[in-house]
Amino acid sequence: MRILVCVKQVPDSWSERQLTDGFTLDRDAADKVINDLDTYAVEAALQLQEVHGGETLAISVGPVDAEDAIRKALQMGVDEGILVTDPALAGSDAMATSLALAAAIQKAAVDVVIMGIESTDAKMSVVPAMVAERLGWPMLTLAQALTIDGSTATVHRQTSVGHDVVTASLPAVVSVVEKFNEPRYPSFKGITAAKKKTVEHWGIGDIGLDASQVGVAGSRTKVAAAVPRPAKQAGLIVEDDGTAVAALVDFLVERRLV
Amino acid sequence: MTNVVVLIEAVDGLLTKPSRELLTIARRHGSPVAVCVGDAADAAAHGADVCAVVSPADVVEPVASLVDALATVCAQYSPTLVLVTSTIEGKEIAGRLAVRIDGGVITDAVDVREGLEVVQPIFGGAVTLSAHAIGCAVVAVRPGSIEPVAAQGAGSVVAVTIPEPTRRRASVVSSVAGAGSARPDLAAADVVVSGGRGVGEHGFALVEQLADALGGAVGASRAATDAGWIDHKFQVGQTGTTVSPQLYVALGISGAIQHRAGMQTSKTIVVINKDRSAPLFDLADFGIVGDVASIVPAIVAEIGKRRA
Ligand SMILES: Cc1cc2nc3c(=O)[nH]c(=O)nc-3n(C[C@H](O)[C@H](O)[C@H](O)COP(=O)(O)OP(=O)(O)OC[C@H]3O[C@@H](n4cnc5c(N)ncnc54)[C@H](O)[C@@H]3O)c2cc1C
Ligand SMILES: Nc1ncnc2c1ncn2[C@@H]1O[C@H](COP(=O)(O)O)[C@@H](O)[C@H]1O
Repeated sequence: MRILVCVKQVPDSWSERQLTDGFTLDRDAADKVINDLDTYAVEAALQLQEVHGGETLAISVGPVDAEDAIRKALQMGVDEGILVTDPALAGSDAMATSLALAAAIQKAAVDVVIMGIESTDAKMSVVPAMVAERLGWPMLTLAQALTIDGSTATVHRQTSVGHDVVTASLPAVVSVVEKFNEPRYPSFKGITAAKKKTVEHWGIGDIGLDASQVGVAGSRTKVAAAVPRPAKQAGLIVEDDGTAVAALVDFLVERRLV
Repeated sequence: MTNVVVLIEAVDGLLTKPSRELLTIARRHGSPVAVCVGDAADAAAHGADVCAVVSPADVVEPVASLVDALATVCAQYSPTLVLVTSTIEGKEIAGRLAVRIDGGVITDAVDVREGLEVVQPIFGGAVTLSAHAIGCAVVAVRPGSIEPVAAQGAGSVVAVTIPEPTRRRASVVSSVAGAGSARPDLAAADVVVSGGRGVGEHGFALVEQLADALGGAVGASRAATDAGWIDHKFQVGQTGTTVSPQLYVALGISGAIQHRAGMQTSKTIVVINKDRSAPLFDLADFGIVGDVASIVPAIVAEIGKRRA
C-alpha cells in the first residue's frame, strides 16, 4: 500500500503572525514549523504502514523552505518526501493549493491520502474536501480511528450529535482529528535516518499544470484589506470580595444579557 | 436582481437561527433561493423567494448529496453568492461546491458587506480581513454573526432533482445519536458557559446550572473533555467548536491559545478564575478573581433573586 500524508509549513502559532503589504502571510515574520495538526496525520500514516506495510510519502505545497516540514515527517519515520514548489505558486488560495495537491497526488499514484483537519494559519478546513472533490475520490472526514481492510477504509468520527462509522473504497482521502493518536517524537535514529532520505522537488510543469492555474492567477479569492482588531478596552477585573457577584449581575443586566 | 443561493436547515419544519441569519444576509445582496432538505414552512417569512426542496430520501451521503443539490440549483439560478453555515460540514460543502462551480471559497466569515465584500476574522480575531471572490463567492458564515430579521419573500416552492451520482462516495454504516439535550446548540447559542480543569471533576453541575440560569449552552475546554467530565462534542476551541455568542462565560479555564481561537470573537466575555495571571483575563470584559465553587452558586442565586 502507498500511503501519502499532506503536511503544511506554517508560522508557529506562539509567535507573532503578520501579513505582508500584499495581504499574504508574512512568512519571514514568524518561526516556521510543521502544522501541528498534520503531525497526527503523519502518525496515522505510520500506524497504517505498521499494519499493512508498503511505503509512506509526505507531500507539501509551498516555498523551498517548506522542505523542513517534510523533513520533520521523515524524522518521524515517513519514507520519502515530495515538495511541490514553484515561483508560480506564490499567493495560492485554497482553490489553487488544492489543484496543485490533487495533481501531485495523482502523479504520486497512492492508495490513501491522509490530511490534517486544519492548517493553523489559514484555518479554512477546506483543502482536504477540495482535494477529494478534484480527485473524484471519496472523503472520510474527522477520523478518530482508521482501519483498512482489503480495499475498504473505515473511520470512526464524532459528530455534533453523536458518533458515526463511515466507510469508503480506496483510493480515498481521510482527514484526522487530534484525538486520533499521540504523534511520536522523532528518535535519534529517526533523525539520523531522515538525513539520507530523499525529498523530490516538483515544479508545476512536472504535475501537468501551468502558471495561469495556480498562484494569484489561479486563485478565486482576493484580499482587499486587513485591519488589526482595535485594542480591546481593558475589562473590569475584580477580586471576589463579597460584592463582585452583584457587580457582575449588574453588568450583565446593563448589557441586557440577563 | 441577482440570485443568492442559501443552504438552510429546518428542525421540525422551522428554520434554525443560523439559517435565518443567512437569509437576512442573502436579502441584502439579491433574491434568496433557499435550498432545504424537507420542508421549511417559515422560509418565505424570512425572505426566501424560492424554496428549493430536496427530498430527504435523496440525501444518501450527508455532505456529497447536498453539494450535488447546490450545484444543480447553482446551474439553474447562476448566483453571485452562495451562503452556508460555517460548521465542519458547512465548510466541507463550501469547499467542494467552490471546486464544482469554480468559485471562491471563504469560511468562518462574520458578514458580507456591500459589493460582496466578505469579512473574516483571522489569527484568532487579531486581524479582520475583507476579501472578494473571483466568480461566484461561496461563503460559510459563522452562526451568531448577525441578528436575523424577518421579511416576507415570494416563497415559491420548487423540487430539486439530484442527478444520479457517478463517482464513488463514502457511506455512513452506523450513526449513533447521543442523548438529546434541552439546551441550545453550542455553535449557535447566544450564551455559552464553559468549564475547564478549574471546575474539577464534580464541578460540571455548576457549569450546567449557570448555563440554565442564563438560558445558554454548555461548553468546555479540552482539559475538561480529556478528563472525561463532559463529552468531547462540547469542546470549544481550535479543534472543537468555534463559538461567537453574545455572552461567553469561562469558568476555571486558563486561556490557552487553542481555546481562545474558538471563543475570541464572542461579544461579551466573562472570566472567573482563581489565578489573576490566567491569560484569559486579557480578553475579559468582566472578570472575577476567585473560586468557581463559591462564586457560581452565588451568581445563580443572584440571577434568581433579580428575576423574582
Ligand atoms: C493540537 C492541540 C489542539 C488543542 N485544541 C484545543 C481546543 O480546541 N480547545 C481547548 O480548550 N484546548 C485545546 N487544546 C489544549 C490547550 O492547549 C490547553 O491545554 C487547554 O485549553 C487547557 O484547558 P483549561 O484551561 O481548562 O486547563 P488549565 O490550563 O489547567 O487551566 C485551569 C484553570 O483553572 C483555574 N482554576 C483552578 N481551580 C479553580 C477554582 N477552584 N476556581 C477558579 N479557577 C480555578 C486555574 O487557575 C487555571 O487557570 C489543544 C492542544 C493541542 C496540542
Ligand atoms: N500547502 C499545503 N501543502 C500540503 N498540505 C496542505 C497544504 N495546505 C493544506 N494542506 C492540508 O490540508 C489540511 C487542511 O488545511 P486548511 O484547509 O488550509 O485548513 C492541512 O491539515 C494539511 O493536511
